[in-house]
Amino acid sequence: MNIVVCAKQIPDPAEPGELDPETKTLKRDGKLILDESDMYGVEMALQLADNAGGGEVTLVSMAPDNKVDGIRTGLAMGAAKAVLVSDPALAGTDALGTAKVLAAAVGKVEGADLVLTATESSDGYTGTVPEQLAELLGLPSVTFAKHIEIADGKVKVQRQTDAGYDEVECPLPCVVSVTAGVVEPRYPSFKGIMAAKSKPLDQLALADTGLEADQVGWAGGGQEIVGVEDAPEREAGEIIEDDGTGAEKIVAYLENLKLV
Amino acid sequence: MRAQPQRTISGVDLELNEEQLALAKVVREFAAQEVAPHAERWDAEHTFPTDVVLAMGELGLFGIPFPEEVGGGGADLTTLCVAIEELAKVDQSVAITLEAGVGLGANPIYCFGSEDQRAEWLPDLVAGRALAGFGLTEPDAGSDAGATRTKAILDDDTNEWVIDGEKAFITNSGTPITSLVTVTAVTDRTDGRPEISTIVVPAGTAGFEVQPPYRKMGWHASDTHGLSFDGCRVPAANLLGARGRGFANFLAILDDGRVAIAALAVGVIEGCLAECQRYATERVAFGRAIGANQAIAFKVADMAVMADAARALTYRAAALRDAGKPFKREAAVAKLYATEAAVTVTREATQVFGGYGFIDETPVSRHYRDAKILEIGEGTSEVQRLVISRELGLPVR
Ligand SMILES: Cc1cc2nc3c(=O)[nH]c(=O)nc-3n(C[C@H](O)[C@H](O)[C@H](O)COP(=O)(O)OP(=O)(O)OC[C@H]3O[C@@H](n4cnc5c(N)ncnc54)[C@H](O)[C@@H]3O)c2cc1C
Ligand SMILES: Cc1cc2nc3c(=O)[nH]c(=O)nc-3n(C[C@H](O)[C@H](O)[C@H](O)COP(=O)(O)OP(=O)(O)OC[C@H]3O[C@@H](n4cnc5c(N)ncnc54)[C@H](O)[C@@H]3O)c2cc1C
Repeated sequence: MNIVVCAKQIPDPAEPGELDPETKTLKRDGKLILDESDMYGVEMALQLADNAGGGEVTLVSMAPDNKVDGIRTGLAMGAAKAVLVSDPALAGTDALGTAKVLAAAVGKVEGADLVLTATESSDGYTGTVPEQLAELLGLPSVTFAKHIEIADGKVKVQRQTDAGYDEVECPLPCVVSVTAGVVEPRYPSFKGIMAAKSKPLDQLALADTGLEADQVGWAGGGQEIVGVEDAPEREAGEIIEDDGTGAEKIVAYLENLKLV
Repeated sequence: MRAQPQRTISGVDLELNEEQLALAKVVREFAAQEVAPHAERWDAEHTFPTDVVLAMGELGLFGIPFPEEVGGGGADLTTLCVAIEELAKVDQSVAITLEAGVGLGANPIYCFGSEDQRAEWLPDLVAGRALAGFGLTEPDAGSDAGATRTKAILDDDTNEWVIDGEKAFITNSGTPITSLVTVTAVTDRTDGRPEISTIVVPAGTAGFEVQPPYRKMGWHASDTHGLSFDGCRVPAANLLGARGRGFANFLAILDDGRVAIAALAVGVIEGCLAECQRYATERVAFGRAIGANQAIAFKVADMAVMADAARALTYRAAALRDAGKPFKREAAVAKLYATEAAVTVTREATQVFGGYGFIDETPVSRHYRDAKILEIGEGTSEVQRLVISRELGLPVR
């Protein structure tokens, strides 16, 4: 069972983020960490490979400046190897461009039975890459998995819905996006951390992906960020003093909002 | 562009490497999620958190400084200090469980054990599936450990040591996963001077009794017991290291332990500093944040000074050790300064928190009670000053 996991490396959400006033995008010149959303995919992949009695988990990532810190976390958790695509020409790549690059990276991994992603990243959160990736790879796409099992060359997924979950079966290979409920990610062990630095890491430039510069980056963007505005301030709440009719006033207030 | 300032003291590099930074991050997350939410309850209920200690074992923390051949992480004292510091920021009890588990538990077996002893005991200790205690202190012999009264007599008929005596305050000696204690005992007397040796006593050996846990001022979630030996028999092969070298062997591993305790103190200082930075900014009195008063702001500033100084001294000692250079004096300096600073910082942090600082649910209050033992265990502050004085060539006795 060979599984590819998309591993996005993002600026640490614990540190204050900053937008580049010129490009209106997040500055990512500092240290990048593995997006927590992708730790679920890594953990799920490790467990599925284990349950299948073997196989390799490979990480694929697109990130600026050959940054590897986030990938190392995934390798320390137990992934066997990684493919990183990094190239100055990728600056400004939108979600579809990202999917193209990731599809090319997945193509470098031999014998992949399954591709896992998160449902959406923690920084960009368009939540569109998984489906675009599946389309580009010509594979079926199953989304919002909260439970995954593999049997008889098929993947069985419990797909989270508002009301509960759907049971979905899909032949392998396919792309599955997982929610934070799918598994509890392990902590990387110290031995894992030590082993991670010597695991194979395939570093690709744009030319290695077979994509042209005008398909990605600012040039390839099908969308443009035209403006950035602060989120509106939360309006101050209404204070109701209890003169004996407080409860009725609160009910009236909630009825007005159609909440009760 | 200006070059990065070189962070060195006495020629040793204090910059943490990539793996040490990655470890710090993992342990920080582990401490935040698995330790911090429960620390107050463990403290109140005097619970030794066996499951969390086993999880620390799975993280590989108990194996950090031991070579890969014995199942360890193949790293060094600096790396162990990083892990201890991160745990201590949140809870001293779990930090001391790690510190003592490695330094007093596994290390003597690794350093002085025979092939057979290592094969029998090390795998579980290094993996953190088991803990060992080190029994040196006795009711009447602490700083003056040479005054040991516990006796071990070799019974030639059965080829067994017969141990009689008492040990006091022994960490990790009575947990559900304690596999053994090593004890120092007088094995002979030549020219009136005691010959002290170290002997391995497996948990559960007949004649070896673990006393009920002490009621302590702090470190409630750490395991501490008195031990009694009454005609306790173990095979002659349980002698650890050479006969008569017990005291010397103990002194040899002591310096590592002092650096590790200093790292624990650094974590305490850092933890309290962070708590105070937040609280001094948030807490309002007289219509302004309490940190707007210099009396409070300067306390916090002093904490930052102590944090930096303690950290530099501690990691200098560890770096010297890891570079194979002499570090006895530096270890004593680090242990003395960092632990005394930790006691000062926890006291001042309690002051910054006002009444809340005296209430158990405030972490600095637990840190305050916990910190005092740092000036006592693994060599009191007075003993550290003795070591430093001697290193300075003073005629002190
Ligand atoms: C002009 C322009 C500039 C942009 N600049 C930035 C920017 O500077 N910073 C920024 O955050 N966004 C930027 N974006 C958006 C950014 O390109 C997308 O965020 C990114 O390409 C993927 O979209 P997403 O994060 O919304 O993915 P989602 O669809 O939310 O991601 C779903 C999952 O896909 C996988 N995945 C997504 N991206 C990667 C990746 N790079 N490597 C590995 N796996 C991945 C992960 O598993 C992820 O959880 C820009 C967009 C435009 C149009
Ligand atoms: C929670 C806890 C855990 C412990 N864990 C362990 C353990 O795992 N293993 C173990 O073996 N021990 C352990 N100890 C024991 C600890 O190491 C001793 O308590 C410590 O070494 C001091 O010894 P003592 O209590 O006999 O004090 P004493 O030696 O009686 O000292 C009393 C006071 O006199 C001072 N003093 C003594 N001699 C001199 C001198 N020559 N000059 C100046 N001042 C002097 C001391 O500094 C101290 O202030 C632990 C203790 C505690 C409380």
